[in-house]
Amino acid sequence: MPAAGRTILKLSELPRRIAATVERVEDQMPNDAIARRLRELGFVRGERVEVMAAGPVAAEPLLVQIGFTRFALRRSEAARVRVITGNSAEVPA
Amino acid sequence: MSNASAIRLALVGNPNCGKTALFNLLTGSRQKVANYAGVTVERKEGRFHAPSGRHYALLDLPGAYSLHAASLDEAITRDLCRGFYPGEPAPDVIVCVVDATNLRLHLRFALEVRELGKPMVVAVNMMDAARRRGIEVDLAALERELGVPVVPTIAVRRDGARELVARLDAVAETLHEPRTHLGSGDGALEPEALHAETCRLLSLAVTMPRRTAEVDDALDRWLLHPVFGLLSLAIVMFLIFQAVYAWATPLMDLIDAGTATLGEWAATTLPQGPLNSLVVDGIIAGVGGVIVFLPQILILFAFILALEESGYLPRAAFLLDKLMASAGLSGRSFIPLLSSFACAIPGIMATRSIQDPRDRLATIIVAPLMTCSARLPVYALLIGAFIPQQKVGLFNLQGVVLFALYAAGIVSALAVAWVMKKWRRDKNEHALLLELPSYRLPHPRDLALGLWERAAIFLKRVGGIILALTVLLWVLLYFPNGGGDVTQSFAGQIGRAMTTVFSPIGFNWQICIALIPGLAAREVAVSSLATVYALSAADDAAAAQALTPLITHDWSLATALSLLVWYIYAPQCISTLATIKRETQSWKQVGMSAGYLFGLAYLASLITYQVAVVLGAG
Repeated sequence: MPAAGRTILKLSELPRRIAATVERVEDQMPNDAIARRLRELGFVRGERVEVMAAGPVAAEPLLVQIGFTRFALRRSEAARVRVITGNSAEVPA
Repeated sequence: MSNASAIRLALVGNPNCGKTALFNLLTGSRQKVANYAGVTVERKEGRFHAPSGRHYALLDLPGAYSLHAASLDEAITRDLCRGFYPGEPAPDVIVCVVDATNLRLHLRFALEVRELGKPMVVAVNMMDAARRRGIEVDLAALERELGVPVVPTIAVRRDGARELVARLDAVAETLHEPRTHLGSGDGALEPEALHAETCRLLSLAVTMPRRTAEVDDALDRWLLHPVFGLLSLAIVMFLIFQAVYAWATPLMDLIDAGTATLGEWAATTLPQGPLNSLVVDGIIAGVGGVIVFLPQILILFAFILALEESGYLPRAAFLLDKLMASAGLSGRSFIPLLSSFACAIPGIMATRSIQDPRDRLATIIVAPLMTCSARLPVYALLIGAFIPQQKVGLFNLQGVVLFALYAAGIVSALAVAWVMKKWRRDKNEHALLLELPSYRLPHPRDLALGLWERAAIFLKRVGGIILALTVLLWVLLYFPNGGGDVTQSFAGQIGRAMTTVFSPIGFNWQICIALIPGLAAREVAVSSLATVYALSAADDAAAAQALTPLITHDWSLATALSLLVWYIYAPQCISTLATIKRETQSWKQVGMSAGYLFGLAYLASLITYQVAVVLGAG
């Protein structure tokens, strides 16, 4: 399939229950502790990620499945993660 | 290594890896809970004998996602593993616990620990749950690739750690031999490199039919649903409340009766005089008044522990995070605040689960605003005496007032947290990053040990600082006139002096005096009022009954309303302040909490009284 079906977006913008692949985690400041922790929790290039649900008020926080684990992330935290959707997103678990 | 000196083991692992269950399985009730020197992080140590006769001392380190510490807990784990923690000897062997159903996350941490280059055993826990989900873990391949012993464990089964102990014995044999270091020794691998290695191990050793457990998917769909999720949370909360208030009552009555009998026995056995009064009125009545809350605290903690073990608590935090964050708290503040409705002491103790120190402090500071059960006797007396039993629409006016008092506490807590956030101009992001672990059935052994720990902490506090303060209050009430007229005691003199300050909010000298012993525990104010009005009443209930006509005659409605409002805010509970001291290790925080609560109490009562007087209720 051509690369045209692929888009890079923030995890906070990813529609629910659409599988995507992590591209990178961006530091929002030098030595961003939250970005580092996200990488340590498995938000690393090539990992499959999916937004499973959102909290009841203002759709915050997000319930994110990464690897075999579920995390609650606030939108500001999820915005650090860039993901790719589209056909190439289907990587084996 | 001789058998006489115990081999020091450190148990490490990610949060939710079942580490504490394994610790409980290995050590049983032979554990000691304390704090690490100078900080409020819990330190749990236990001992056990292997069948080989070898002794082990096992330290349960705080759960960590990484040795690159992001919290106080993780920093302690990091320093202890490296042998840098002041006052703690370096561990001989590190036991790294990983959850077989969550290896993608947990193996990463095991690799990080291996980099430290210490003797180490990897315990692959929850092998039973993994098997049920069709997950296959090739332990031999893992052991070959990791280069350290890898053993399966099932922490919830009686002999689930037998193989682990056998391998520990084997490792202990070789401790004195020179070893080749596995890692670089500094434990500083980059996340990407660790991740790549984790993926390699997973592809070699683990087959997984699906990424998530079907049970988790199904439960989360309902329990995190915007409508059904909140509804189930409300039902859970209601159940807890019901249990804390209804189930605890018979036990509390029993303790009350026991205290009374003991008091009577001591009163008749000991010779008359100061000693008699100190033991009966001071120690037995004072300490008994606090111990009476033990059943409520245990029931509450049984629920909290069960919810924690089952994996529901992080879900509750998920549902409420946004609401609480906008007020300057966090989703994790929910359970401590809920507990505070029974009693602020366990509530403040429960803030240990809040990782962000700012969120934790904010939660501790506002916890006393939740209407605890000790306020109820005071509220009941005043509402019964001054609020007419009439219908307001569908509702009973008395009930509406009681509800308003509860609501005022909650709204004030949110407002105070919000002001604190603004005050500090805290622009730093508070991280949530909360793992929602798989649902599990709580194990009775873990619940029982957890409850025992809580009870021990509570009783130790009663034996220490609460006892000391009780004695101090007794001195104020007993001297200098040797237990005669209360109004002539030091407390009485202080009460009279207080009226200059308290007359603007409508308190007469009788109320002021009652406030002093009421510092020991809020509900004591009722029996103190009875004493001040020179009534002899057998117990609080009888005191309230006898008091009602007297205060209805003596006080204006404005005074009664003002006193009700005072009790929403005033930190009339030395035990709570002592708990704040213990949990924050700071007298400054205690001063701040007491200061703002008294300030708010005075201000709110002043407004209530003056407005009520203007409206003609004076």
